[in-house]
Amino acid sequence: MTRMAGVGAAALLTLSACSSSGDSSAADPASSGSGSASAGQLSGTVTVFAAASLTESFTTLGEEFEKAHPGTKVTFNFGGSDSLAAGINSGAPADVFAAASTKTMKLVTDEGAASGEPVTFVRNQLEIATLPGNPDKIASLKDLAGPDLKVVLCDKEVPCGAATQKVLDATGLKVTPVSYEQDVKGALTKVELKEADASLVYKTDVHAAGDKVEGVEFPEAAEAVNDYPIALLKDAPNAAAAKAFIALVRSDTGRKVLSEAGFLTP
Amino acid sequence: MTPEERTAAPPAPRKRSPRAGTWAVGGRGVPLPLLLPALLGLAFLLVPLLALLVRAPWSGLPEQLTSAGVWQALRLSLICATAATAVSLVIGVPLAWVLARVEFPGRGLVRALVTLPLVLPPVVGGVALLMALGRNGIVGRWLDSWFGVTLPFTTAGVVLAEAFVAMPFLVISVEGTLRAADRRFEEAAATLGASRFTAFRRVTLPLIAPGIAAGAVLAWARALGEFGATITFAGNFPGRTQTMPLAVYLALQSDPEAAIALSLVLLTVSVAVLAGLRDRWMTAS
Repeated sequence: MTRMAGVGAAALLTLSACSSSGDSSAADPASSGSGSASAGQLSGTVTVFAAASLTESFTTLGEEFEKAHPGTKVTFNFGGSDSLAAGINSGAPADVFAAASTKTMKLVTDEGAASGEPVTFVRNQLEIATLPGNPDKIASLKDLAGPDLKVVLCDKEVPCGAATQKVLDATGLKVTPVSYEQDVKGALTKVELKEADASLVYKTDVHAAGDKVEGVEFPEAAEAVNDYPIALLKDAPNAAAAKAFIALVRSDTGRKVLSEAGFLTP
Repeated sequence: MTPEERTAAPPAPRKRSPRAGTWAVGGRGVPLPLLLPALLGLAFLLVPLLALLVRAPWSGLPEQLTSAGVWQALRLSLICATAATAVSLVIGVPLAWVLARVEFPGRGLVRALVTLPLVLPPVVGGVALLMALGRNGIVGRWLDSWFGVTLPFTTAGVVLAEAFVAMPFLVISVEGTLRAADRRFEEAAATLGASRFTAFRRVTLPLIAPGIAAGAVLAWARALGEFGATITFAGNFPGRTQTMPLAVYLALQSDPEAAIALSLVLLTVSVAVLAGLRDRWMTAS
């Protein structure tokens, strides 16, 4: 963590000079007039509603942001993208929305609650999580269909389960799990606790679990890649700082922090 | 009902029932500072249930409820809740007896520990069960290597998770009844030559039957609604470990109408059972 923060702080020095002019205009075409908002002028609180899977990386980026812009404060509301979108649509005071799928972002843009077009800033895809050392020698998606293997999958009602279903449908593979978990963390925990031999979770979850699970990449994961869009919200109470935060997320520093968390850059 | 209250009640409502009598007396029966919060409390508990009925997709209900998945989940819920209650009775009643009748050091502590699952978040209970009885748990690993038995992801796992959460209700209820029960009957049995076990079986058990019944109903109802420990310990697989509360939760993610329909089924079952056992319940309390 400290290592990451150090790298980030250095990169930020260069970032703050170009953030508001370059990147943020792509995130929000209407922002061209406010390109003059430099680091020194930003103040107040930026409220960011972000998908739960962004918790670690966005918290790091929030700290970087506060360091680069003294006087600002970034507060996060991490949660399921669906419920965050519902919150925004019912008037929750937020500046930025970062969703885990274009579908959930669309809930907000359809209501006209976003300012400008959302941009995809990272992507996430599934990976096999298995026991440390891979004792069952799982090398491919096919191996999950093995009869003696205890596999847990996300329930098809939740996003990771929908992605799983998409991958399995595309490959025509039939995997019979011992359980359909209610969210991706549930699927991961069952492997962490060694109750299941393998599960399909996001790459970032495998990464976050550290050495408690071993990740096995499989090419079929490309069938269901999740785009993560980010958008400035129309009723943002602190639009200037919000734009700068979006710019940070999309900057090289942001990419670095996010890819270290296991995200793919678009 | 105290004699004072009796005299306060006017004759007419008293004919209906003692409760209705006090209700009718504005001044002395129910003071306003108590009545208002009481009504608020009642509304707080009933309005959400009412809302469920109001918002229920009545027109689509027959279609929602005739799907095979609903009955599969309901059937599993009823079987598991009943089995969990049976497990609780077999080991919970003796435990309650020991807590009520046997003096031993640290009894207060043991009693507190027994009630711990009542206040523990059920998910934590589920994790604790995994640590103990999971494939890699401190007991579970021996079950696995000696008998080839693994409990997580099985129907037996659901029963255990539900029993873990529900049994304290039974133990507390039975223990309370035991403490209130007149011990002279047991002593009389002992003076007539009955062993302590015989006295328990032939005297104590019939004496505390209403308390056991009340505890069993409480435990059954708790087991029926159990969600956290079940999904954590036993997972979610239709027909094997997916009980009604799990089905409701997952339906809510994508199809709220289906979730409401499922909730109605669970509500109906709970009301039916509680109503059916109302009389026993009343005598016990």
